[in-house]
Amino acid sequence: MKNLITRYTLGVLLSGLCASFAAAQDVDSLLARIKAVGKEGVGNVEAAKAWKELVAKGPAVLPDILAGMDDASPVAVNWLRGAVEAVHDKAIQQNQKIPVAKIEAFLNDTQHAGHSRRLAYEMLVKLDPKTPDRLLPKMLDDPSSEIRRDAVAVKLNYGKTAAFEMKTAHKDFYLGLLKHARDRDQVSEIRDVLKKGHAVDIDLTKHFGFVTRWNLIGPFDNVKGVGFNNVYPPEKEIALKAIYPGKGTEQARWREHATDKELGLVDLNEAIGKLKGAVYYAHAVVASESERSIDLRAGSNNAVRIWLNGKEVFFREEYHHGMKMDQHVGKGTLKTGRNEILIKVCQNEQTDSWAQQWSFQLRVCDYLGAAVPVTNVTEKIK
Amino acid sequence: MMRVCSMVIVLAIGFPVWADDVTQFRGALGISKETNLPTKWSAKDGLRWKAELPGRGLSNPVIAGGRVYVTATAAYEQKREVVLCFDVKTGKKLWERQVWSTGTTQCHNKTNMAAPTPMTDGERVYALFATGDLVCYDKDGDLVWYRSLVGDYPTVGNNVGMAASPAIHGETIFICLENAGESFAVGIDKRTGENRWRVVRPRLINWVSPIVVQNQGQAEVLFQGPDGIASHDVNTGKKKWTAPAVVKGSHASLTSGDGVVYANSEKFTALRPGKTDAPEVLWQSAKLRVGYCSPIVHEGRIYVVAGAGVVNCGDAKTGEIVWTLRLDAGGAYTASPLLADGKLYIVNEAGVTTILQVGKEAKVLAKNPIDDVILASPVASDGAIFLRSDGALYCIGSQNPKR
Repeated sequence: MKNLITRYTLGVLLSGLCASFAAAQDVDSLLARIKAVGKEGVGNVEAAKAWKELVAKGPAVLPDILAGMDDASPVAVNWLRGAVEAVHDKAIQQNQKIPVAKIEAFLNDTQHAGHSRRLAYEMLVKLDPKTPDRLLPKMLDDPSSEIRRDAVAVKLNYGKTAAFEMKTAHKDFYLGLLKHARDRDQVSEIRDVLKKGHAVDIDLTKHFGFVTRWNLIGPFDNVKGVGFNNVYPPEKEIALKAIYPGKGTEQARWREHATDKELGLVDLNEAIGKLKGAVYYAHAVVASESERSIDLRAGSNNAVRIWLNGKEVFFREEYHHGMKMDQHVGKGTLKTGRNEILIKVCQNEQTDSWAQQWSFQLRVCDYLGAAVPVTNVTEKIK
Repeated sequence: MMRVCSMVIVLAIGFPVWADDVTQFRGALGISKETNLPTKWSAKDGLRWKAELPGRGLSNPVIAGGRVYVTATAAYEQKREVVLCFDVKTGKKLWERQVWSTGTTQCHNKTNMAAPTPMTDGERVYALFATGDLVCYDKDGDLVWYRSLVGDYPTVGNNVGMAASPAIHGETIFICLENAGESFAVGIDKRTGENRWRVVRPRLINWVSPIVVQNQGQAEVLFQGPDGIASHDVNTGKKKWTAPAVVKGSHASLTSGDGVVYANSEKFTALRPGKTDAPEVLWQSAKLRVGYCSPIVHEGRIYVVAGAGVVNCGDAKTGEIVWTLRLDAGGAYTASPLLADGKLYIVNEAGVTTILQVGKEAKVLAKNPIDDVILASPVASDGAIFLRSDGALYCIGSQNPKR
């Protein structure tokens, strides 16, 4: 009899385990079908079927969907975001139990992707509006840019209303906050408070990691926009003593340039002269103490191409439609030691008064926007 | 007569829609069949409801099946694109969905990522954002499909901001992306989000929204860009005819009526498409000046609003000016006007709606202020006017409208 009970219990346990294993496999399969969406809507039909099946499984699969977003393409991420939103809303409407503890555990596991953790956070906020008060104070260093931003915003608001016993405490509060802030508006707000209240000057160029010392070479031809795709010598070799045939009868040779303009702006009209239909290159060398993933973030009103260690990491052929810090982002990896950055800045032939800028700014930062510790070791031209 | 009848604006969008439904940008080319609409209101009086929105948008709301759909942009640097659904009677928010933007969010201060107007066929809502994110939800907020047009065509985008609204006809959505990168027009299967056809367009930034017309019994979609107007078969994308001289449109949409296409250009132009490759130019007028606001043609007259609030009425057959009126509400005008029940509703950026009785003469009936920034075009449905500001959606009308 005892054996029979034991066998029965084991059978139930095994079938339960098999069922949950099958269910997990089923969810994985549905996620895989959604994540298989391709370009131009290829795979949409299959993904839509899987999406419905996944949503029908209810709130128990919310942590699985969030985890499924970790390695999904940006397109699949938005498909899965829609699934999370739909499951969550239906669960609220139908009074289904949402696995809050698992979602919070997911949020707390910073190995998960920033966007999926942010979505987990937003679900928790919807379920309990006091969530920000409870969680954000501990999230000033969060690897999700959106969560970190909200955490910094809470502190900024606190700084406006709190009574600091000593002026130094107020200053230290903002100096401390500066270490956490990544977005330009928040950094600027902190900088302004420190400047007005404490006469502390924060060098934003240095803070954001802009490259300020370059070697420049040009002009090369960009009449009718040919220069953007033409491969000129600096794209093949960096030889600082070389002289190349440039645009028309010009000779292109390297020259040093250092900028002290705000946010590392290199104004080529000022440095070189007002040229139209021309290309200039800027080259810098930075030394890194370790290998690490970085962003090369640039701003320019001109068409640009950017290379890191000879590999193109960004290109954009657009002229005079507005310049903004960080508008262009190229992703790459710094090697330990010497790293070469090359940017090609093309000026077109527009004569409109608003189409005369020829400039760029470029910085080296991590994916959140914090300056990466590198040393500018750009060679002198002897 | 046959020729006149052969070309009418088509609202066949696959599901039953009602006369007062607003299915896309400007509804039925800015004309509503609604009557007994409100003529007096303010921020405090005359509202059926007001709903807060999570961010800016130039898109007009679309309305069908008792639901109002509106898009907005949200979050730091407009990194979230939002679709919201409200109950038309009560303003209760029924659902809200978001996508993370996959394209650039840089743009001119005047515009934003929720510039293109969404579309609805009553069963679903289709929303394109200036980021190239294109999403379809059913009426209950369930995702039907999603695409990133920037993911598909990575150079798409411009740093001023894309704003052309798509059009919808039958089973197809028409999108025109003329921008600083790869430029094209595409017909997308509204059921699946897959391309039905795609044609190359000029690589220059342009914000003119396409329209669908009937010509010789066939539906055609019209795109206007720097190389003129091009007409394409809605099913195949095959080019039907071009009007290369009608080049200068960049903001205001085309309009159409009684078999004639009206387009902003170096001179405002009336064209009659026919069987040939080149349409007949009926007239051109340098006096009908158009800014951002799209024109309206109605009962033999054409109405255009310039950016400073000068309203011109022209004879649709000749282009001759019938009357000119300078609105005294001040400010700039970006929203396209609405014509309903013989009245023009013209909203300036400061939120003042001037109502004109129109016809042979113009008469100012009312100036209704709402102290809010409004760049989206007004629409009418369910006995109410809908105004979308930078931060709110206003439903203006009584709880029990006379129908």
